[in-house]
Amino acid sequence: MTMPTQEDAIPEQPIRNGRRGLVGFLKHWLFTTNHKDIGTLYLCLSLTMFFVGGAMALVIRAELFQPGMKVIDPDFYNVLITMHGLIMLLAVVMPAGIGLANWMIPMMIGAPDMALPRLNNMSFWILPCAITLLASTIFMKGGGPNFGWTLYAPLSTTFGPPSTDFLIFSVHMLGISSILGSINIIVTIINMRAPGMTWMKLPMFVWTWLVTAFLLLCIMPVLAGTVTMLLADRNFGTTFFDAAGGGDPLLYQHLFWFFGHPEVYVLILPAFGVISQIIPTFSRKKLFGYGRMVIATGAIAFLSLLVWAHHMFTSGLPLGAELYFMYATMLIAVPTGIKVFNWVATMYRGSLSFETPMLFAVAFIFLFTFGGFTGVMMAIAPSDYQYHDSYFIVAHFHYVLVPGAVFAFLGAVYYWLPKWCGRMYDETLGQWHFWLTFIATNVTFFPMHFLGLAGMPRRIPDYALQFGDFNAIASVGAFIFGFAQLIFLYNVIHTIRSGKKASAQVWDGAEGLEWTLSSPPPYHSFQTPPKIER
Amino acid sequence: MAHAHSKYYVPKPSYWPLLGCAGLLTFFVGAAHWLHHVWYGPYLLFLGATIVIMMMIGWFGRVIHENRTGLHNDWVDHSFRWGMTWFIYSEVLFFACFFGALFYTRLWSVPELGGDVHPITHILLWPDFTDQWPLMRTPDNSEFTGPSSLGNTWGIPALNTLLLLSSGVAITIAHWGLRHGKRAVLIVSLIVAISLGATFLACQGMEYYAAYTEHGLTLNAGSYGSLFFILTGFHGAHVTIGATILTVILMRCFAGHFTPDNHFGFEAATWYWHFVDVVWLMLFVFVYWL
Repeated sequence: MTMPTQEDAIPEQPIRNGRRGLVGFLKHWLFTTNHKDIGTLYLCLSLTMFFVGGAMALVIRAELFQPGMKVIDPDFYNVLITMHGLIMLLAVVMPAGIGLANWMIPMMIGAPDMALPRLNNMSFWILPCAITLLASTIFMKGGGPNFGWTLYAPLSTTFGPPSTDFLIFSVHMLGISSILGSINIIVTIINMRAPGMTWMKLPMFVWTWLVTAFLLLCIMPVLAGTVTMLLADRNFGTTFFDAAGGGDPLLYQHLFWFFGHPEVYVLILPAFGVISQIIPTFSRKKLFGYGRMVIATGAIAFLSLLVWAHHMFTSGLPLGAELYFMYATMLIAVPTGIKVFNWVATMYRGSLSFETPMLFAVAFIFLFTFGGFTGVMMAIAPSDYQYHDSYFIVAHFHYVLVPGAVFAFLGAVYYWLPKWCGRMYDETLGQWHFWLTFIATNVTFFPMHFLGLAGMPRRIPDYALQFGDFNAIASVGAFIFGFAQLIFLYNVIHTIRSGKKASAQVWDGAEGLEWTLSSPPPYHSFQTPPKIER
Repeated sequence: MAHAHSKYYVPKPSYWPLLGCAGLLTFFVGAAHWLHHVWYGPYLLFLGATIVIMMMIGWFGRVIHENRTGLHNDWVDHSFRWGMTWFIYSEVLFFACFFGALFYTRLWSVPELGGDVHPITHILLWPDFTDQWPLMRTPDNSEFTGPSSLGNTWGIPALNTLLLLSSGVAITIAHWGLRHGKRAVLIVSLIVAISLGATFLACQGMEYYAAYTEHGLTLNAGSYGSLFFILTGFHGAHVTIGATILTVILMRCFAGHFTPDNHFGFEAATWYWHFVDVVWLMLFVFVYWL
């Protein structure tokens, strides 16, 4: 399917501020306003933090390999699960999505760059600052934050270590970065479309990002306000989350999950967008039911803002609230189902081929749907009493995030890397990476369902003996998963340095403006807007 | 969309955003150290704030320069308009968070503690507590002593409402003056708008002083105090920012930067100012009045 051509010359390199060497290199990347450079920076940051967060996961799995306290002390275990969660969500999956948005949206809509290029630079460079601040809390006196990524009061207020204040400010910075980035993405999509690129001609990836950016603007300010109240409760004697002064710890949970639930859709919607690009290409058919896909994306986002308390069924809610949140949550399965069926319908009677991006996309459809089903199980309030805070929920959200978001983004890199760097990746290594990742994912997370149903609680460094076998299997799977990612790292670096040349079209079934540009594309994508026919 | 024949201005690499990031990091690290009583905390905080302000002066100065040298066409102007719109949208959600906390506390957690919802909570935790709003006696009144009295809604708060609303009117008159080329009207009404904003802040300062010295309404006075100060405090901070923006706009009016058909900087400032107005009306109704 790849058609490497020799005559494709690598286009002119960007001018590095007129200087070469280290200074020129630093100035180029630190001051850049180019959407491709910034997209690359986001993706590199995401990949780096993927290994950092992954290393933490491996320490956790090493501790859980056998019952008893084996590797680390319990408090550090708590710090690790907190950091693993925060890093994977805020420093891996979100930057990966925004990186892809930066690279692809201007190319897909026929724009010269993002609408606000300097703001784009700022949104990125806040992230490394915020992540450094976040990671530094591990080494602080009194230990790092140890209350889980949800930062529940009073664990984070009355009982939080001093480093919690640094964590809160880090969340503020991450929020500023996301808000600025989202404003930029929305403005770009509204204002930078080439003439003729009407709303219903936008590629699905662009649509999902428009909706995602809108969701981010709805929730990130709320998170900022909520952690500000935590900060005030910790330091200024206020009682937002303290019943002794008339407040309520449950208020924290409501506010947090008003952010937290749409946040998971912020993570998965761009993944939906990627899958909606990959499946038609390798089925050599148009996306089935484009209009319904757009509506389903909007419906998922809208509903996601109204279902937060399904995370709180065991916290003590009135019966009426439990019923409402149960039914509203199950309603989300409808638009999500539309998406899954449409992807499958796109593949139906298509001329399928299974290169690495397609493998990841097909695995996504199977395994994400599986994770979605366990989600519906937990949406049922009476059953949730059994699953809540057990390994079942750990299995559920890892099934939607790992074979969901992570698979989609890995697939996206294989899909677009030839376009980005003008070189083709090694297909054999890609297939090895996929199959190892696919098998390891299931070996790691599938046993967790059984552990959870059998009653193993989450966030516990030690467990009863009967859970030993499944935990051992999960740990083995986790290590295979972790080391399989080194193949990916090698493949990406090898491709960039010495891969075979790729053509502009790259995939013969691919459609869209980005494939009309050379591989790699010119530094400024569309200096003059392209004309969109049809 | 409708700008097929014009070219979009893509700025060159810039060091201002990176400087802003460094400033933000310094600011927040300083703030955290200050909270932990480390001596250099406040210095770091003010250093960070200074860097951020310098960044804004440099960056926005650059944008103004680009605009005045004709690099910004309608297409770029649209981006700024949409950018400001969505920025204000995010600010609305920021305040919505605190209003949500207010409504929840008032309609749910305080009645629950008072035994209106589940008597068992009330009986087990603080059986002497009675449901009331504003919260004058907290459940654990020895640890969080409620306020002894409250200021009169129809005193300073009503006056403040009047001040901000008149300021909104003044800025609309200023905009009218700008669009019709009446420079004297523009400058005088803008000065009036800023002065009304400054008076508002002074009144709020007096109100805070009275809250602490006369009424015992402090950050430690339980949920009413907490919500009162976080809502009015963040609003006051936004009035301060808005008044600062308007002052910069006034300077730009003196410098003759705006023309009747090219003055988005002015319009953005008025949008922000009206947003701050609307938040205040909500505050007046839900914090002071009802």
